[in-house]
Amino acid sequence: MSASASPNQKRPFWTIARRDAAAGYIFIAPQLIGIIIFVLVPLGLVFWYSLHEWNVLAASFNFVGAANYQMLLADPNLPQVLVASAIFSAGLVILNMSLALLLAVLLDQKLKGMVVFRTLFFSPVVVSLVAWTIVWSFLLQNNGGINGMLAMLGIEGPNWLRTPTTAMISVVVVQVFKNVGLNMILFLAALQGVPKELYEAARVDGTGAFKQFRRITLPLISPTILLTSIITIVGSLQVFAQIAVLTQGGPGMTTTVLVYYLYQQAFQFHFFGYGSTLSILLFVIVALLTFAQWQLRKRIVFYEN
Amino acid sequence: MTKHLLKTTAATAGIILGLAAAGTAWAQDAVNLRMTIWSANEAHLAMFNEIAEGFKATHPNVSVTFEPLPFDSYTTTLTTQIAGGNPPDLAWILETTAADFVNSGALAPLTDAFAATEGYDLADVSEKATALWTKDGQLYAYPFSTSPFAIFANNDVLKAAGAKTPAELIAAGEWTWDNAFASAATVGQSGKTGLVVRDFKFQTWQNLASIWNGWGAAPWSADGKTCTFTDPAMVNALTAIHKAIFTDKAMPGPGEDIDFFAGETGMTITQISRASLLPKENPFDWDLVPLPAGPAGEYSVVGQAGVGAFAKGANKDVAVEFLGYMTNAENSKKLAQFFPPARASLLNAETLASTNPLLSPEQIENVVISGIANGTVLPGHTNFAQIQQTIRAGLDSLWVPEADVAAVLANVCSSVSPLLAR
Repeated sequence: MSASASPNQKRPFWTIARRDAAAGYIFIAPQLIGIIIFVLVPLGLVFWYSLHEWNVLAASFNFVGAANYQMLLADPNLPQVLVASAIFSAGLVILNMSLALLLAVLLDQKLKGMVVFRTLFFSPVVVSLVAWTIVWSFLLQNNGGINGMLAMLGIEGPNWLRTPTTAMISVVVVQVFKNVGLNMILFLAALQGVPKELYEAARVDGTGAFKQFRRITLPLISPTILLTSIITIVGSLQVFAQIAVLTQGGPGMTTTVLVYYLYQQAFQFHFFGYGSTLSILLFVIVALLTFAQWQLRKRIVFYEN
Repeated sequence: MTKHLLKTTAATAGIILGLAAAGTAWAQDAVNLRMTIWSANEAHLAMFNEIAEGFKATHPNVSVTFEPLPFDSYTTTLTTQIAGGNPPDLAWILETTAADFVNSGALAPLTDAFAATEGYDLADVSEKATALWTKDGQLYAYPFSTSPFAIFANNDVLKAAGAKTPAELIAAGEWTWDNAFASAATVGQSGKTGLVVRDFKFQTWQNLASIWNGWGAAPWSADGKTCTFTDPAMVNALTAIHKAIFTDKAMPGPGEDIDFFAGETGMTITQISRASLLPKENPFDWDLVPLPAGPAGEYSVVGQAGVGAFAKGANKDVAVEFLGYMTNAENSKKLAQFFPPARASLLNAETLASTNPLLSPEQIENVVISGIANGTVLPGHTNFAQIQQTIRAGLDSLWVPEADVAAVLANVCSSVSPLLAR
């Protein structure tokens, strides 16, 4: 690279720097190629499709410019869909995070048989999502297992999946029980990384358990809280199988969240162009939320490396 | 370096092109047709394979693969295959989506090819049966199954509850919806289930046509442009159904999944092909009867399935030829073992008795033959999936005890009208 080298002397192509760079690129190639083929190219294609009217059966594929985006703004169902998505995400994130943290704190105790409980709470994470949801769909039927149990206690249970409020609650709870174990494990790992001396010092100073939790535990595990909240929110916006199995978006449109609506438009109604437009909307929402959370970390996350 | 790269690329391209050319030449010799179907029944598959083998006699280079897809997501899977550039050569098509497929130009026209097929006799296929699959005088899919809706009754359950059986009501000339609901209510109030509209599940509302046609009701006008859910006939029909579910307990409510063939239900409305589900062990005393008369008189309803060839397929001509062979007079007889035929020459007690050994001659005459001859096909529409979902969402508020039927139906019409008018 030095300009002072003699112009007559041909420099070897493979300088050390280039060799290092090539090695680096080869190392990341498997991942990079995967991302290009399975993420970036489809993302570009989805944007391209969103500018088209694509009728699969008639095999027509016409450029319509921003027409799908105008349709998006005028879509009478969209406000309802976005509200359903927001309710679902808010319910899921709040319930999932608080339950996961509670479980993690409880399971952080040094008691006999703790491993059994940890395994128990984590096991739904490794169960097939659809199998899990189908079992719940039987339990939640009007004449299903849950109402059967309630009846034994003399309580007449609601028709869980057919009443607007309980349908949304059911979908959220089924999803929380499925995935709470994952966040729990992350929290548990973070809790075990908190130095024990801090608690000892706090006890010496006469600090109560709740204050210890608020002043020591929470700040020290805040990076994990941020991470899990991002994963959980992004995951909650992409919920599909639970809705497809449990409610098919009903009753009415109360559980038609954005991804399910997108699926309906593209794969059931065959409006692939408009479906692509909805995926772009979803992409923008997820990107904005993630960006906002990332910005928030400066204010709420302590002790970040 | 660049030169070398160019050479290598050219050489590679040459090899690939050569292979591709060879591949094409080879493909012309052997043709493999793919047909998507929604039955995974082994007996059905064996029969189809037998027909495909028969086609080999005249077309030794043609083989046919039958690809069963799950029924619930059939059309979605099929259109995804088409969108992905991997369409089958032939496909079964549901009556509800017939308009989408026939009007879109996705299917190859069949009339001329069938007319040219020796011994095909297209005139033998009833016009009523082909109406849904025809556009501008051209047939685009062959209705290989025209299956009437009927009522299966479990006389053991009905009698135990002290309810009148359909046979008793028919004998007395009182086989009406009022009396059918009354019998079902007697069973329902005894703790068992009265009447189940199979596959309805408070989602597939079009299956209720098997009841509301008795009131002369229809979801939209004959030209498909106007919502008719608010017409008095529909309001009355759905009021009767609502009362049967929520007041009289004649039918199970939403969120209760009940299978008639498990033996704990008085009656079910379904297609006659479901006779194969009747239990072989611990059989119950069952009967098969036509749908009861409604306020608008006697009626019957059929569900149809068509099979068509895709116009843009690489092997379109062979596919159409195979379709002509598969549905010719001779093979239609084979198909009739499982799928009620639309050919007049096969609609006789003799043929149908040999293919439906479970049914008595009266059942064949009263249910099958008269059902196929007089039946109206389930409602369908262009863009059916979106219309279906919109109406499903609207009707959800009907399926609660305190629903105001007329108000709900007015909402249904206001949300679906823009879609129908398109």
